[in-house]
Amino acid sequence: MVYLDHAATTPMRPEALEAYVTAARDTGNASSLHAPGRRARRVVEEARERLAAALGARPSEVIFTGGGTESDNLAVKGIYWSRREADPARRRVVASAVEHHAVVDSVEWLGREGGADVSWLPVDDAGRVRPDTLQREIAAHGDEIALITAMWANNEVGTVQPIAELAALAAEHRIPFHTDAVQAIGQVPVDFAAAGLAALTTTGHKLGGPMGVGALLLGRDVGCTPLLHGGGQERDVRSGTLDVAGIASFAAAVEIAVKAQAELAARVGALRDDLVAGVRAAVPDAVLNGHPTERLPGNAHFSFPGCEGDALLLLLDAQDIACSTGSACSAGIAQPSHVLVAMGADEALARSTLRFSLGHTSTSDDVAALAAALPAAVERARRAGAVRANL
Amino acid sequence: MSGGVDSAVAAARAVDAGFDVTGVHLALARNPQTYRSGARGCCTLEDARDARRAADVIGIPFYVWDMADEFHASVVDDFVAEYAAGRTPNPCLRCNEKIKFAAVLDRALALGFDAVVTGHHARRGDDGRLRRSVDLGKDQSYVLAVLSRERLAHAVFPLGDTTKAGVRAEAARRGLAVADKPDSHDICFVADGDTRAFLAGRLGTAPGDIVDATTGEVLGAHEGAFAYTVGQRKGLGLGRPAPDGRPRYVLSITPVTNTVTVGPAEALEVSIVECGAPVWTAGPGPEAPVECEVQLRAHGEPVPAIVDADPDGLVATLRRPVRGIAPGQALVAYRPDPAGDIVLGSATIRAAR
Repeated sequence: MVYLDHAATTPMRPEALEAYVTAARDTGNASSLHAPGRRARRVVEEARERLAAALGARPSEVIFTGGGTESDNLAVKGIYWSRREADPARRRVVASAVEHHAVVDSVEWLGREGGADVSWLPVDDAGRVRPDTLQREIAAHGDEIALITAMWANNEVGTVQPIAELAALAAEHRIPFHTDAVQAIGQVPVDFAAAGLAALTTTGHKLGGPMGVGALLLGRDVGCTPLLHGGGQERDVRSGTLDVAGIASFAAAVEIAVKAQAELAARVGALRDDLVAGVRAAVPDAVLNGHPTERLPGNAHFSFPGCEGDALLLLLDAQDIACSTGSACSAGIAQPSHVLVAMGADEALARSTLRFSLGHTSTSDDVAALAAALPAAVERARRAGAVRANL
Repeated sequence: MSGGVDSAVAAARAVDAGFDVTGVHLALARNPQTYRSGARGCCTLEDARDARRAADVIGIPFYVWDMADEFHASVVDDFVAEYAAGRTPNPCLRCNEKIKFAAVLDRALALGFDAVVTGHHARRGDDGRLRRSVDLGKDQSYVLAVLSRERLAHAVFPLGDTTKAGVRAEAARRGLAVADKPDSHDICFVADGDTRAFLAGRLGTAPGDIVDATTGEVLGAHEGAFAYTVGQRKGLGLGRPAPDGRPRYVLSITPVTNTVTVGPAEALEVSIVECGAPVWTAGPGPEAPVECEVQLRAHGEPVPAIVDADPDGLVATLRRPVRGIAPGQALVAYRPDPAGDIVLGSATIRAAR
């Protein structure tokens, strides 16, 4: 098996698995007052401290959630509701055009159901939000903006945004700035305080932790109306029994991912460069999408003209090579990627993509296997693409 | 893999036969939620899940292929246009002709596959001839008879030697959860089975007359001639009986004048059926008129006939008259055979007299 889909999910780090199993063997609700409860609470709080330290946040700024999608929903909706309640004029949500669907759909829902005005920040052909674009938006609508959200690094094309610059513009106007850093942590340096952020989304399973657990880092002075009501376990912003084992494992994974980030970026980045060179040698007209340098070290995202991405995926899967078309699915049906469309690609090119994403277990054998399998797959996918075009 | 029991067992049998099998579910609805809900059709998300679970149990890769645009252009739009022209189309046949053994097969061949396997109840034996299923009640050779020899060469029908009950029993033995799933009946893209409402939604209403074939008298009104099919008795809403007290049937539909003509049952009787260009399932068609049986609608009784064809058309002379032959349906010619009646070919009915 050649696994080139680490951006979808990456294998658990052994330490994270160990932490999970250890904590899961014990009994105790972190909200209980007795000794087992206190033991569970201690595991959670130590995890909170370790996670905060690794990401440049205070422990009190860590709100554990059920994952990236929940964190994005909580940040976008919660901060919007809180800001609008404090000042009814602040009903505008500003978001980059290349956000993950967890943000895109939350923002669209606020526009449809929540009385929000929405501004989508255009991106350049590399997928970057230019700071002057945000500056113009703030100049035009600064007094109405409830929050600004732009992802740290794109999940499809891997482009890294100039987050500190964008956040600084927001801070000048005292506008809360949220970033989805799900793909970034462990791949590039991420520091919550240094970047001047109001809120940051992270999740376990993209960096070697378990699925189903994540966090929203939320500045202490940032108002956020809860999505989930109940026991108020997490600062009264998020309710639900804390997933002690998941949280312990998640924190262990974050700690390792951050510690290993520079080494991983160098090693995986070199592998990725080999992969890009191998793909280009095998398929000369393949187009590398995203930014040439400001991109995640593990990401290589290509358009293969004349091919449909899902046909290529099927053919590579049949040779035990796992990758992704990189775009969202609805009932398994590939839709043209909104990210590629925002970057100016036409629909055919946006359907012809494959994302190869490397991670902490990737090897040069993986890259070699892809380069060997790709030419025949592309030839067949082109034949299939021509069949459809002729219908 | 539609999500039904037949295609699941067909896939499992193909694996047993030594093929390298990949499961494909066709997404045919532009918006899956707009198609029928429940477990009856071929297009819902629930059906996609059932198909996926069957593929899991069989142990084969599984993909959803989006054929919604092709399906709408070739099947749904054709269905509406045929009704608008006063004919009665068979969309399942059209889907086999244009989607399953055309768009899907062509894509599969390009990707390096050799054949499309389906759960149709029909046989294609070692001699390559398309034959009826052993289960005559479930036989689907009629809707496959539109396939040419070249297309059939890439078709595999593993279920033709088994009854539907046998297929269900085998699905249960194999641990396939769809073993007890109800059969699909109606047209998969007509959400609630109400074809008349489906057509009205697309063609609007067009009030016109219902006319007596003999007297020319206007007997009633209709909301759109497309809602009627030759041979139909129910739903005419004429209010008063015929003078002789006998039931009246739709004899013909004339879109140009938006008229539905009705008359007695015997006026439906025809012995000559004229069709468009034939498709022969075993290469070139017969040189001389051929003695065979013809089937004139899905699940219709076979009728002995002489079929005389050239590349542009086909005329069948029936050995005994039959009633209610609707233009737009297919004539399928069979040669009776103890090892399963052999499909010779098919053609779309243009007129009957």
